[in-house]
Amino acid sequence: MGLSALAFISVSALALAGCSSADESDAPAADSAVVSTNGSEPQKPLIPTNTTETGGGKIATSIFAGLVSYNADGEIENEVAKSIESDDATTWTITLNPGWTFTNGEKVTSASFVDAWNYGALNTNAQSASYFFDDMVGWTDVQNTKLDPTGAVDEEGNPLMVPDPLSETLSGLKVVDDTTFTVELSAPEADWPLRLGYTAFMPLPSAAYEDMEAFGENPIGNGPYMLDGEGAWVHEEGISLATNPDYEGLRKPVNGGLEITFYTDLAAAYADVQGGNLDVLDAVPDSAFETYEAEFGDRAVNQAAAIFQGFNMPYYLEHWSGEEGKLRRAAISMSINREEITDVIFQGTRTPATDFTSPVIDGYSDSLEGAEVLEYNPKEAVKLWAEADAIAPYGDTTFDISYNSDGGHQAWVDAVINSIVNTLGITATGKPYPTFAASLGDRSNDALTGGVRAGWQGDYPSLYNFLAPLYQTGAGSNYEDYTSDEFDALLKEGAASENVEDATAKYQAAQEVLLQDLPTIPLWYANVNGVSSDAVGNVVFGWDSVPLYYQITKD
Amino acid sequence: MLWYTGRRVLQMIPVFFGATFLIYFMVFSLPGDPIAALYGDRPPAPGVIEQVRAQYNLDKPFIVQYFLYIGNFFQGDLGTTYSGRPVSDVMAGAFPVTFRLAMLALFFESVAGIVVGLIAGLRKGKFFDASALVVSLLLISVPTFVLGFVFRLVFGVQLGWFRTTVSAEAPLGELVLPALVLASVSFAYIVRLTRASVADNLNADFVRTATAKGLSRPRVVTVHVLRNSLVPVVTFLGVDLGSLMVGAIVTEGIFNINGVGGTVFKAITLGESTTVVSFIAVMVVIFVLANLFVDLLYAALDPRIRYAK
Repeated sequence: MGLSALAFISVSALALAGCSSADESDAPAADSAVVSTNGSEPQKPLIPTNTTETGGGKIATSIFAGLVSYNADGEIENEVAKSIESDDATTWTITLNPGWTFTNGEKVTSASFVDAWNYGALNTNAQSASYFFDDMVGWTDVQNTKLDPTGAVDEEGNPLMVPDPLSETLSGLKVVDDTTFTVELSAPEADWPLRLGYTAFMPLPSAAYEDMEAFGENPIGNGPYMLDGEGAWVHEEGISLATNPDYEGLRKPVNGGLEITFYTDLAAAYADVQGGNLDVLDAVPDSAFETYEAEFGDRAVNQAAAIFQGFNMPYYLEHWSGEEGKLRRAAISMSINREEITDVIFQGTRTPATDFTSPVIDGYSDSLEGAEVLEYNPKEAVKLWAEADAIAPYGDTTFDISYNSDGGHQAWVDAVINSIVNTLGITATGKPYPTFAASLGDRSNDALTGGVRAGWQGDYPSLYNFLAPLYQTGAGSNYEDYTSDEFDALLKEGAASENVEDATAKYQAAQEVLLQDLPTIPLWYANVNGVSSDAVGNVVFGWDSVPLYYQITKD
Repeated sequence: MLWYTGRRVLQMIPVFFGATFLIYFMVFSLPGDPIAALYGDRPPAPGVIEQVRAQYNLDKPFIVQYFLYIGNFFQGDLGTTYSGRPVSDVMAGAFPVTFRLAMLALFFESVAGIVVGLIAGLRKGKFFDASALVVSLLLISVPTFVLGFVFRLVFGVQLGWFRTTVSAEAPLGELVLPALVLASVSFAYIVRLTRASVADNLNADFVRTATAKGLSRPRVVTVHVLRNSLVPVVTFLGVDLGSLMVGAIVTEGIFNINGVGGTVFKAITLGESTTVVSFIAVMVVIFVLANLFVDLLYAALDPRIRYAK
């Protein structure tokens, strides 16, 4: 994992920024330099391996430093790690920089990482990010389950399973000495280090294991910021973070701290920026889409984010499998005017999709073979639909796309449906479920009647993360049970490649398979929109749509 | 009257059980698996969902869940939210601020509403009366959220008189703007109720008698007209307190107040029965007590009202 030239330049720029601000932070008015920003109440106590949502994620990345961190372009830079090396992409040797400490004074050692990862992987701990360790040797042992001894069954009469780990620790994780440990993967993965900046891979101090729940209320980390004393997290209201004086990593804060206020309504947060009560807002409410760029000028941000959106077409539906299904999928895709919908419905805050990943990910492509199926082409769409009708007539079956009506999806679903109706002349409709939970039931029971809204936000900047969890046979988020031997093989070859360039080529080839099969109809990538007040400067958004808080300046 | 009060308090018991049972059942019947939904598009490792479900008793039949909840309730344990916080903590965070907001709104709407209504009633058909009627009609027809947005924009962003949203400590000064928004609709109703009632009573026999006895005009108006006119207004205020406590969800959202309405709404979308039921149980008690208080107040306002045994 050598740093690219670009990454190197940005590192030195950061280092310079860090230096120049060191003088300023000596000024007595430290209070005024606290940057305020928006957030949302974390769903769980702040335990890194149990934090998989954005509200908790932005706090966790601020108070912890992992082996690597991501720069604005999503490239990794070593933080606690001195080196992450492997000859075969299977056994990785990680050496740590000495001198890192947690804010309680404890040293960050190999054990800080290995113990935390073991904790996250063990199924009796029920950590939501446990699947990040599923490629390590020993995973099946720590995740072993047995039949419920009480003989309990679920609603469908299937016997319930309870955790019964054969081992408390992953056998693939070995501490060599205080600053060295090795990780053995069950299969080669060339881009494995890319994920190490994700919250699931953060180290934990040994104090955490005494009472993990209590630790999650007042977490102790090694990151650029730390909780501003006991009880800094006021539930449902906000959290105050102070700078960590002992932090010497790449993300040295140039401001005096972070005040994160939790909002349930984005419009309220937006009004707070307008009213001068909030410095940085990393989202813009729909109601301000038309005006925010004019109002905030160069303090408004509208750039692509690592969020892919589309809709899945299940294969168990009549008319949607085999050759007929292939034609219909392509016809539907070509009948959607993505340009117009992103312009009109989203005011340009979405970017039409050209692949299955995101423009901010290294390896994104707008010229994949077969990508023309994602372009609006009503003539071809009608032709393909007619060819499919020649195989088996579609009749007057109603085509539908289901969505959860509590997430603001109705406008674009209706627009997509209109576009399909206008092009193909079929009857089609949007099908709302009251909540996401309600749609999940029908999805896992194969009881959908048509397409279903789908979206994915990258956990870490890698093509693999956008493909494997969603389309690999039997993968966790592959709800509509897509399966393709060709795709699976390419994905496996990509993972086993010796370098990232080869891997990218394989992943792109795998996407070309998806473009033919279209298990999901790609629609667009979400943009990150944000605004900041004139009290702050240097607001740059990272690849994960979260501002790089440490480099925001405030006088 | 003691007997009457005692009977009313005892009536709370079946109301409490009925309400909690019904609400628990309704949340239980919400479609979808709340635990699976917590993980969104990323299902956790196998066994995690089952384990979490067992932790919240969601693997048990409905009636068992309900009685486990009620059993714990009477031992002072209201359960935990899906984020692992005790529901009692959530209540301690949400109720005080909502209570202050509701009280402030109740204060604004009752004082301003009764004064304006009284003047309008005394000058029926005059200019003040006509304008009061127009303004109240306007307030009733404009939805609260529109008023909230406009107030926030004008007084918060443009004029800068008030903070645009309420901060975590929620001092009274910051609650003035949301309380005004919250009070607006009820204020309009109170103006109209008071006005009609005052205008009615002005022609009543006892007012004519009082005037004939030679009492001063202010005394006739305050003691005889107004006091007797307040019965319908107080009835309205009693019911309104309940809706101000739970119904402030829109206003709370606009001003980012972490109150009861928003918490219950969030809990319902998450399918978090323990939170919803605990909050509703407290709401039921508040509602019943407020109504009891109003009923007792009738006797104080109108000497003709007596409580039968």
